[in-house]
Amino acid sequence: MNPFSSGTRLRDMIRAIRACKTAAEERAVVRKECAAIRAAINENDQEYRHRNLAKLMFIHMLGYPTHFGQMECLKLIASAGFPEKRIGYLGLMLLLDERQEVLMLVTNSLKQDLNHNNQYIVGLALCALGNICSAEMARDLAPEVERLLQFRDPNIRKKAALCSIRIIKKVPDLAENFINPTASLLKEKHHGVLITGIQLCTDLCKLCPEALEYFRKRCTEGLVKTLKDIANSPYAPEYDIAGITDPFLHIRLLRLLRVLGQGDADASDCMNDILAQVATKTESNKNAGNAILYECVETIMSIEDNGGLRVLAINILGRFLSNRDNNIRYVALNMLMKAMSVDTQAVQRHRATILECVKDSDASIRKRALELVYLLVNETNVKPLTKELIDYLEVSELEFKGDLTAKICSIVEKFSPEKIWYIDQMLKVLSEAGNFVKDDVCHALIVLISNASDLHGYTVRALYRAFQASSEQESLVRVAVWCIGEYGDLLVNNVGMLDIEDPITVTESDAVDVVETAMKRDTSDLTTKAMALIALLKLSSRFPSCSERIREIIVQHKGNFVLELQQRSIEFNSVLEKHKNIRSALVERMPVLDEATFSGRKAGSMALTVSASPASSLKVPNGTAKPLAAPLVDLLDLSSDDAPAPSSSGGDFLQDLLGVDLAPASTPSSTSLATKAGADALLDLLSIGSTPVPSSSPAVDIFSLTEDKKPPVTTTLDGLSSPSAPPPHAASQPAAAPILDLLDGLSSSPPAPVDNGTSPAYPSIVAFESSYLRINFSFTKPTGNLQATEIQATFTNLSQNVYTDFIFQAAVPKFLQLHLDPASGNTLSAGGNESIKQTLRITNSQHGKKSLVMRIRITYKMNGKDMLEEGQINNFPREL
Amino acid sequence: MIRFILLQNRQGKTRLAKYYVPLEDSEKHKVEYEVHRLVVNRDPKFTNFVEFRTHKVIYRRYAGLFFSLCVDITDNELAYLECIHLFVEILDHFFSNVCELDLVFNFHKVYLILDEFILAGEIQETSKRAIIERLGELEKLE
Repeated sequence: MNPFSSGTRLRDMIRAIRACKTAAEERAVVRKECAAIRAAINENDQEYRHRNLAKLMFIHMLGYPTHFGQMECLKLIASAGFPEKRIGYLGLMLLLDERQEVLMLVTNSLKQDLNHNNQYIVGLALCALGNICSAEMARDLAPEVERLLQFRDPNIRKKAALCSIRIIKKVPDLAENFINPTASLLKEKHHGVLITGIQLCTDLCKLCPEALEYFRKRCTEGLVKTLKDIANSPYAPEYDIAGITDPFLHIRLLRLLRVLGQGDADASDCMNDILAQVATKTESNKNAGNAILYECVETIMSIEDNGGLRVLAINILGRFLSNRDNNIRYVALNMLMKAMSVDTQAVQRHRATILECVKDSDASIRKRALELVYLLVNETNVKPLTKELIDYLEVSELEFKGDLTAKICSIVEKFSPEKIWYIDQMLKVLSEAGNFVKDDVCHALIVLISNASDLHGYTVRALYRAFQASSEQESLVRVAVWCIGEYGDLLVNNVGMLDIEDPITVTESDAVDVVETAMKRDTSDLTTKAMALIALLKLSSRFPSCSERIREIIVQHKGNFVLELQQRSIEFNSVLEKHKNIRSALVERMPVLDEATFSGRKAGSMALTVSASPASSLKVPNGTAKPLAAPLVDLLDLSSDDAPAPSSSGGDFLQDLLGVDLAPASTPSSTSLATKAGADALLDLLSIGSTPVPSSSPAVDIFSLTEDKKPPVTTTLDGLSSPSAPPPHAASQPAAAPILDLLDGLSSSPPAPVDNGTSPAYPSIVAFESSYLRINFSFTKPTGNLQATEIQATFTNLSQNVYTDFIFQAAVPKFLQLHLDPASGNTLSAGGNESIKQTLRITNSQHGKKSLVMRIRITYKMNGKDMLEEGQINNFPREL
Repeated sequence: MIRFILLQNRQGKTRLAKYYVPLEDSEKHKVEYEVHRLVVNRDPKFTNFVEFRTHKVIYRRYAGLFFSLCVDITDNELAYLECIHLFVEILDHFFSNVCELDLVFNFHKVYLILDEFILAGEIQETSKRAIIERLGELEKLE
């Protein structure tokens, strides 16, 4: 024997390891053993090879590296005896997996063993193959496994069946070869073979549509009969669990029937009786019976509709939901989620119970219940449900607050019946769990506040109170700071008092205190501090008496280590000291934020396929993004000529600013010399703006009206907090529509000047343009119905070929209703001399809250070739 | 489909780990650590199911040992709970009154038993008697 080999038996080694008192001792023992095993490997010691490998496996299980033993597995597998092979295969499964190259070396041994005349060795090989085979091995060994599906011993047949599952999952092309042998497995009586055959059949159906068709046609009845026999079988001690014969087989059968019945009325019909029998006759006092019922309910829900069965299924779930056993309640909640799509009313009946489950002490149940409540919310029950959830938020565990907050915010945003309710609920959430509220939620809230002009005073006062009560919630602080900056004067003067409010007295200095606190909180992050700085700047003009104090606070940050804050405080200080004449214009209240833009951006991810959004059509004529700056300046100049100074002071700045900043030469005609000084100051601000590209801060704001792909949070926060944001906003808002028109690509019709809302006429838009096709939309609103809009669509052929079979399709989100009238024709002649017209009628149920949005798809034939164009239209005039 | 099966004691020592999906060794250790953390402190009245990454773990405690199966999110939880129990019964029968030490010293046999019960992440045999008989035959070959 090798002198280095410790010669200990496996048992002794385990004992030695267990006797170790410390981790260091254990490591020493393991190191010694590993050294001995390595030595034995080098000596090519055959006698103790399998014992050494067994030791290695134990060492592996303790978490030590054992890769040096991999080749030993292969050697053992290649040896002749069963005990050696058994340890070899076990080592193979434990120490290696399908990704190791070494595994390829074993393919040949596996092939030999699959053909071995000792069926136990065949069993070992099948087991290893089933657990770790790679795609290549699957290809090489599939014929052997297929043959073994018909082996005389059932133990081999069932192993081969499960092995086949692994093979077809690795190489789905091979699935077809297994269809016939599987069909014969389904007729077996041996439970092991039958259950594995059913499993194989289920996986085949999922992977291969032909297999599904085949089994549906030929095997559904047989399987129904098998289930019937099992369900009615007398007591069978071998398979009995809690008085039920082989629940596992029941469940597998129900699962396969579900796959066969889904989407096929005949197959579903065929299994109705047995499903009804299982659903009514199965004992539900033990876990095994409930497992079957649970599976049965899922099958009933998934197969083609049978009203009676579904009532039965929902009733079972109702019983589950009131069960004392948590496991049963958990699966009931799980299944009710699926039932929602089948019968919402039935699930609604259990609302109270489900709501209780949200408060369960078990996190698994809470999570399921919360998901379900989220699905249950609708316009009618949103108020009580939200109240319950927010009340619970106060007492819930810390780790659950994140999930709960996200769901509440989402519910409030989706279903809020009125703005004041939205604001109230969000303030509660912010005060309670502001640290868990996501940035985009905060931003949505700010957008909404900005749009609720009659609630500005109410909101800022409520935020002030909330801040006094809990200033530790980051998001609350941010929203409060933003609102106080914008509406600080309303806070102090108690403007717009609602009946439900208690009057409060807030002095100007109190309001500044809030912002200062936010600024100095250790926990405030950079964004919050930056927002606080801007709020201070704004307050300096709202509260002239505090102006000096504010300047002092701002100056304190001149030496801040964070460049952003340092820069801003220096800039703001300079605004306060040197440019008093422009200050009030500079910090004017933000114009109403555009809800549609915001929601459009939020939905940005879904609009990646936009082929004709203004942003992308822009890129076509200009080639790259960079030269955009010049046309933009022109456009802005133009628009402010057209629409005379939309916001008198801001607009002038903007013109100057953009001109100077983007292309100094392009503003020769500037008439606003009077504000030269202001422009300079702003130029300063802009040129050291927060983004590296010089033209980006104004440009981004304008682009963002049209561009969907920007990540919402960063740009919007930028917009909110960037010092240069207010003026561009001020001007770009009213000018938006003409800009869009122009950008839209040089449309033939001159942009209709915007007439701030007095006239009901809306500018027509180029809804879509590609190199082949242009679609113009013009709008009329029937009198008396604000929600309705009639759109006249005009399709123009831009190519030199005739289009035939022209079909236009459109889709809209749920809050819109769309009706398409027949088109004036389906042939579009070349060169744009003729056009097809089609009328679309839209009803906007969220009129005033949301703008129109539409996805379109156009198909036609050009030179006999099928053409398809798709796009999304986001540039509808806002007030439609 | 079962992704992996773990058998751990209360201290988190792994007594059996069977993976039906390929994972790096480091990942396996992480999974074992996380699953142990998830199940060890749960109240006995709680559900036997915990969501784990994109799957769920069905676990059951027998004395100081936790049997955990990680299965697909769409699988029948109650059935796998029953499955754990059947496995424990088989172990109990095989070792006649199984205890943790049996599993430590005969770990390779535990794997052998498991391979007769579950293969490729699916149940292979539902009859305790059939499995015990088969194990008897295999023992004779050693």
